[in-house]
Amino acid sequence: MIRKMLQSLGEYLLLMARTFQRPERMRMFLKQYYKEMMALGINSVGIVLLISLFIGAVICIQIKLNIQSAWMPSWVSGYTTREIMMLEFSSAIMCLILAGKVGSNIASEIGTMRITQQIDALDIMGVNSASYLILPKVAALVSFIPILVTFSVAAGIVGAYCTAYLANIITPADLTLGLQHSFTPWYFWMGVIKSLFFAFIIASVSSYYGYNVKGGSIEVGKASTSAVVSCSVLILFSDIFLTQLLS
Amino acid sequence: MIAVENISKSFDGRQVLHDISVEFLNGRTNLIIGQSGSGKTVLLNSIVGLHQPDSGHIYYDGRDITVMSKKERTMLRREIGMLFQGSALFDSMTLLENVMFPLDMFSDKSYKERKARAMLCIDRVNLLGSEYKHPAELSGGMQKRAAIARAIAMEPRYLFCDEPNSGLDPKTSLVIDKLISEITHENNITTIVNTHDMNSVIGIGENILFINNGAAAWQGNSKEVLTSNNKMLNDFVFASEFSKQLRQDILANIH
Repeated sequence: MIRKMLQSLGEYLLLMARTFQRPERMRMFLKQYYKEMMALGINSVGIVLLISLFIGAVICIQIKLNIQSAWMPSWVSGYTTREIMMLEFSSAIMCLILAGKVGSNIASEIGTMRITQQIDALDIMGVNSASYLILPKVAALVSFIPILVTFSVAAGIVGAYCTAYLANIITPADLTLGLQHSFTPWYFWMGVIKSLFFAFIIASVSSYYGYNVKGGSIEVGKASTSAVVSCSVLILFSDIFLTQLLS
Repeated sequence: MIAVENISKSFDGRQVLHDISVEFLNGRTNLIIGQSGSGKTVLLNSIVGLHQPDSGHIYYDGRDITVMSKKERTMLRREIGMLFQGSALFDSMTLLENVMFPLDMFSDKSYKERKARAMLCIDRVNLLGSEYKHPAELSGGMQKRAAIARAIAMEPRYLFCDEPNSGLDPKTSLVIDKLISEITHENNITTIVNTHDMNSVIGIGENILFINNGAAAWQGNSKEVLTSNNKMLNDFVFASEFSKQLRQDILANIH
């Protein structure tokens, strides 16, 4: 098992070495980069906003109903909601969700290209298939993830305000006070920095699984599942180290 | 011309190619034929550089691909066009974008010139009017023709076709064969077709290599196939009772 893991690591590193090479044609790279930005980034905005909105609202309700008590300041719910959204949800948890959506998409797309010989066709033409296919995906996701993190934090706060204005669970004034209390900008940047690493993991690991598919459609499905599982595990492990490192 | 010298290849201890030597001539439709599992795809993949042979040499007009650096091999591949068994067109692109892809990647010509070249290739394979369709909207025969258009876009010196007629009806197969043969002669390129379609063997085979169990078992042209006394070749080419009878009738007419 250890041997297999080391072999996979070696294959992954070799693939990355082929991926991070100067694109043969910058115009083709930019075309692919734009396409991937749309497919992986813009198309993920909706799900990120939706989930963040509801999670922001739910965190606020849970804190208000289960944690807040008479001896606690009134701003605790808002403060806790903000900190959870900025420190963990908008980076780590959102990237876990994206690993499912984007990771499986990348692995199945590249895997299908592999089994239908489209990657062989690129290689035969003399194109660096790894760089042509994977580099724009990694670049697009890594460069778009800060926008998704920002949208997620904002949507979470909007969700919290929904509980105040629509459900009257907390007063808007208390919520605003909590959201502004002891604000540390570094926490936001910490979430952004962590998400850059997670985005790299999602794009590169999923591409690795797709690129090395052998067989048919069943293997593409398995590669897609393996990509999501591996990305999730790697995100969770690296989250511990990054949190320790950046805190 | 492509010269293969003493090529051997094995996978996991099982030898697939045994010391094959053959010359594929310029301006001719060269065919590799053999049963499924005989090693013809491995030979073709070794020639194009997808497999590294265990021993032997492959010369592209004197340039040995087996000892080339990665950069030299990449440069050589720009002289190669390949038609894959499943066409291998890029799903996300239209037919025009597929044909333009190698030009976009490697040509320094303007967009207008690249598009004009792509349209010329699409016209050559009789697909004008379908240039903005995606591969999924094309029939099997149209996909093969589109793949030929992409393969010839860069005006290659070498054209490889892996089972170009698989999954096609006999009439469409003839169209594809005719197209491959015409393009070979028009552009004076070295074409190697990997096939087990007997219509192709008789129709366009100018230089045929028959492989049996990974070894070169016979070489000749389509006329010589009819008159050959090689039992393995005859058992393969004239496998059905009908074709055996047909061969007997042809031989009787010749004599």
